[in-house]
Amino acid sequence: MFLQGENILKQYPHNGGFINALDKVSFNVDQGDFVTVTGPSGSGKSTLLLSLFGLIRLSSGTIIFNGKRIDNISDRHLTDIRKKSVGYILQSFALIPYLTTIQNVMIPLALERIPQKEQVKRATEILDYVGLSDRIEHLPRELSAGQQQRVAIARSIVHRPQIIMADEPTGNLDPTLSLEILEFLKKINRENKITIMMVTHSPVAADYGTMKLHLNEGKIVN
Amino acid sequence: MTILKLVFIELWKRKSQLITGLLAITLGIAVIVGIQSVSVVSEQNVARNLDNLGANILVLPQGASIDNYYTSDIDAPTLPMDYVERILTSTIAGVDNMSPKLTRRVKVGGQSVVLTGILPKSEIASKPLWQSSGLLGSELKTACAPSQSTTKSHGLEDEKLKRKAIDTLNTTDCIAGSQVAKLLKLQAGGSINILGKDFKVVKILPETGTIDDDRIFANLKDVQTLLGIENQVSAIEIMGCCNAISEGLLGKLRNILPDTRVTSINQIVSTQIETNQLMKKVTLVMLIIIFFVGGISIGNYIWANVNERKREIGILRMMGAGRSTIYRMFLLKALILGIAGGILGYILGTLAGVILGPYFAGILVKPVYMYLVWSIILSVAISLAGSLFPTYLAAKFDPHSNLQED
Ligand SMILES: Nc1ncnc2c1ncn2[C@@H]1O[C@H](COP(=O)(O)OP(=O)(O)O)[C@@H](O)[C@H]1O
Ligand SMILES: [Mg+2]
Repeated sequence: MFLQGENILKQYPHNGGFINALDKVSFNVDQGDFVTVTGPSGSGKSTLLLSLFGLIRLSSGTIIFNGKRIDNISDRHLTDIRKKSVGYILQSFALIPYLTTIQNVMIPLALERIPQKEQVKRATEILDYVGLSDRIEHLPRELSAGQQQRVAIARSIVHRPQIIMADEPTGNLDPTLSLEILEFLKKINRENKITIMMVTHSPVAADYGTMKLHLNEGKIVN
Repeated sequence: MTILKLVFIELWKRKSQLITGLLAITLGIAVIVGIQSVSVVSEQNVARNLDNLGANILVLPQGASIDNYYTSDIDAPTLPMDYVERILTSTIAGVDNMSPKLTRRVKVGGQSVVLTGILPKSEIASKPLWQSSGLLGSELKTACAPSQSTTKSHGLEDEKLKRKAIDTLNTTDCIAGSQVAKLLKLQAGGSINILGKDFKVVKILPETGTIDDDRIFANLKDVQTLLGIENQVSAIEIMGCCNAISEGLLGKLRNILPDTRVTSINQIVSTQIETNQLMKKVTLVMLIIIFFVGGISIGNYIWANVNERKREIGILRMMGAGRSTIYRMFLLKALILGIAGGILGYILGTLAGVILGPYFAGILVKPVYMYLVWSIILSVAISLAGSLFPTYLAAKFDPHSNLQED
């Protein structure tokens, strides 16, 4: 069992009562899947994506990753799993503004205390892979939106994670750039056998999914 | 990439903010280092002067200030020269030697120096330093000097100096202290123009570490004429016998010398020691204030920085940075700030002491290199203490809620 959710409940306090952002969600993801999560705004897509590896703690439910429960483990362990096995891509790119392209990409390696030489080698390779070899020393603000998202993709795969969590990765991009990014994700998924879980509200993007989850008001619908 | 490198890059990219963050702590350290370097020299001087001073009684005009006895005769009001006669012809016992002086600050070669007119024989005779092993001097040390004056006299018993100056200090001759000589590039045998009159420099005194280093000595008569202060002196140093002092020599002198202040050096020195002790208390109070003001200021700066970087903290946590990494990020930054503040504060405070010391305390202040270590330790401690709470809050941030805002 690669990644499994069972009866995932996430409640937010609201007007004295509760809102169920995720309402007993269950799903099953196999290694190598390209999962798309769709649904209207406010249906709980981001909550689902971010709660799986502890960025949001659940109200109840079970999450199993690589055969082990991870919903009830310590913050420290979850942090460790994110560091080693997960890559994140967000709609807003989430690059560190004062670091250059290559420095941003090296951050996950720095967190794993990989030696500087190895960091440079791997980051350079990955930046070549996403076609940014000529933008290595640029700051995020000196890059176009599409280039920034490619830096974010490079950063999400540089530490060879098992799964990439992407929250509307093409939300800030025009259709042409969106396609480019989606093709990249597909390539990463195919060539590197990295599982991808992508939240999107674009039907075009949703078509890339080999497994599709549709959320509505915190519930999975088919 | 390492966390340390990230800290340095961030510091560098926002260096203008750094100045504000460092201001309070730097100034605080500077004030302490400044006060400390002045008062440590002042303390050393008390001990050294006690050791070296030939006289043990000082007769000053009524209006003179004795707050600082090193400079108490400079530019003070004057008293009549006749008083020297009066003491000599009186029946008061116990005055072994006397040295009238007239001291003024004058401009020589564009530099401000202290000119002291002395009556050669008596002046020289009452300075143990200038004699080989002045009988009076060594007796005085064991008999009269307070026990805390343990500083060794500097082994300056230069044979050549022995009494020689007495005979050679004619009118138009002068003797220069070592610092003055350095300042004005004087050499023995050279000449110097003081207030329009040419003097022959007959001797450069070896460094004594006392105020004498900063003075030019000339014949009292010459100095009086040059300054237009005929028959007046600014002080009379008296070498009194210890027993006589305890039997009321000071009071007897007061009786025959109206409008004067007759004080024993011990009295003046104890005033100086009190001043030094007061400075110590002031330093302690400053230390406490600086700890809080500096700590709060740095804490405030770090807190502003934490808030500005909330999103960055969220991103790092998302990528698997633990709380310890967040601690490391901000405490490393505080450490760097502390080191920088300590170094800058030390430099600033030492400069202030060296430049302002001579004006305010009348003493030459030298950099105390050991204070650099203390400055850094103190500054780092303040900086870390001030940053601990904001950093704790930063590490506690919920990664998710800080990811959303843009
Ligand atoms: N921090 C929060 N506090 C309260 N309610 C929240 C919070 N985050 C999300 N929600 C609510 O949870 C629901 C799901 O939000 P989200 O997962 O962001 O939706 P989506 O990503 O599908 O647009 C929404 O109704 C939203 O208002
Ligand atoms: Mg969302």
